[in-house]
Amino acid sequence: MEKFNIIVLAKQVPDTRQVGKDAMNADGTINRAALPAVFNPEDLNALEQALAIKDRFPGSTVTMLTMGPERAKEIVMEGVFRGADGGYLLTDRLFAGADTLATSYALSTAIRKIGKFDIIIGGRQAIDGDTAQVGPQVAEKLGLNQITYVEEILEMDSKSVTVKRVITGGVETVKAPLPCLLTVNGSAAPCRPRNARLLMGRKNYEVPAWTVADVNADPAKCGLSGSPTKVKKIENIVFQAKESKRYGADEKEIAAGADEKEIAALIEELAVNHIIG
Amino acid sequence: MNSIFVYCELEGVQVAPVSQELLTKGRSLANQLGVKLEAIAIGSGLDGIEKQILPYGVDVLHIFDDKALAPYTTAPHSAILVKLFQEEQPQIALMGATVIGRDLGPRVSSALGSGLTADCTNLEIGEYEDKKTGQVYENLLYQIRPAFGGNIIATIVNPDHRPQMATVRQGVMKNEILKADYKGEIVKHKVSDYVSQADLAVSVIERHMQKPSHHLDSASIVVAGGYGMGSREGFDMLFKLAEQLHAEVGASRAAVDAGFVDHDRQIGQTGLTVRPKLYIACGISGQIQHIAGMRESSLIMSINQDPDAPINAIADYVVTGRVEDVIPKLIRNLKEISK
Repeated sequence: MEKFNIIVLAKQVPDTRQVGKDAMNADGTINRAALPAVFNPEDLNALEQALAIKDRFPGSTVTMLTMGPERAKEIVMEGVFRGADGGYLLTDRLFAGADTLATSYALSTAIRKIGKFDIIIGGRQAIDGDTAQVGPQVAEKLGLNQITYVEEILEMDSKSVTVKRVITGGVETVKAPLPCLLTVNGSAAPCRPRNARLLMGRKNYEVPAWTVADVNADPAKCGLSGSPTKVKKIENIVFQAKESKRYGADEKEIAAGADEKEIAALIEELAVNHIIG
Repeated sequence: MNSIFVYCELEGVQVAPVSQELLTKGRSLANQLGVKLEAIAIGSGLDGIEKQILPYGVDVLHIFDDKALAPYTTAPHSAILVKLFQEEQPQIALMGATVIGRDLGPRVSSALGSGLTADCTNLEIGEYEDKKTGQVYENLLYQIRPAFGGNIIATIVNPDHRPQMATVRQGVMKNEILKADYKGEIVKHKVSDYVSQADLAVSVIERHMQKPSHHLDSASIVVAGGYGMGSREGFDMLFKLAEQLHAEVGASRAAVDAGFVDHDRQIGQTGLTVRPKLYIACGISGQIQHIAGMRESSLIMSINQDPDAPINAIADYVVTGRVEDVIPKLIRNLKEISK
């Protein structure tokens, strides 16, 4: 039976789904401290696809790869607790400030260092940037075929993988030769939880941390200096307030809401102005 | 001066709406910069495709027509763009922020070492000063996009690398034909000069296209529900209201996450962008991430029991009251006037 070496790309992200009033500083910058750091949701879907391959083909390995500050090793540990064999953290101040191109360059150098792999799987996109660019850019840097928007791995053998992917207005079944890179949708199977046995047995796993020098990366292509895109400005979103016509908002009416007469008047106004009808 | 290129996404042999919007925007940017607008069509059976593309004011149309190029797979389309861009050196290259554009764009930008900004909602031309070097760049493309879950708007530039690449969301830009008989040059390229056998290793085995369950992107009236609708049954009421108005039903992410309605109706930063004549927000508080997808509606009506719901600030009509009281009244009155 075949065995596969699988690399999972995962990112630790601020939880932009939990943005509250204190998430933005007065100057329009992001108050990262107010947002919890989480395992990027779609990367968990990717991890599940990798672990499912390992279930089907015993002896396969799952290796986590992430880039970020020291703390991001939590991502590798989380993967290990759910069934990954191990992983690496890419961490170096020279990696900081990277756009998607510099990020994909750094990841590709680390993947070259890991060396043996049959398939690389990542989430479609991260919730802090929503760009969906790093997966395809890693594939290009390594000269691999890519399949994005994957919903499910249908078949796999020593030479190829067949997947179901979601496209605009439908689904398609696509077959690609190995090695290749997949990015997985959030609507794919959710990730299994932590395994109690692994949580105990692997808690002392030391996550290897690699620097720019460790992966033989060119510092000029990393971080801010390796990023062709620059942020010109960041603005808080301010919406132009409008002069609203109000119905049911007299002080005494607020509890009861707009009454029949007011609704009739509103409908009539819309009809007279040819907005409806 | 170098041209602006637009990759035309094809649905069969039909140019996708997002590409028509990009051709429209591309024409106006090209006018501003005093350069040519060029378009690329890659597919199979493309005889006559120019009739759909040149009227947008396209000066040069590059056609790559071969059986192997449809349906879309990544490698042959990216091989074409990479080589064509190396030959033609465009200053700007645009594509839709669709499944295809978001698959293709990053691949091409990586091969060319140029920057790419995803999911733009606006494009402008302007200058940029590098604060470190003091160097001033004229006529850069401002790539404007919501970021950080739709909580901020970022303006991204690409000072030193070409082409300046961006994917742009569908429905955020105008779609206007310039001149039905606009005269543009047509260049039919030899596909084998661009695509090798190795580029054809990935194959599409099967495709199932479903009829769209709604036409939210072209609806002139949208009735949208939020978490305040309370349940799937609450949404049934919205479908009844929509029926009276010949409207389509949309939803906020909170309503979708709560399972009140299907995901494909989500409006907002991570869903659809709509710009109807009338937008009726029912039980929607108005998080930025939702407003990003509907704020260009001509008229906005908000129905909410909270008179201070954030969405009320941008609404033309604010109806205060519980949705389960107000909406039946609306339906009744609509039936009344349609008699």
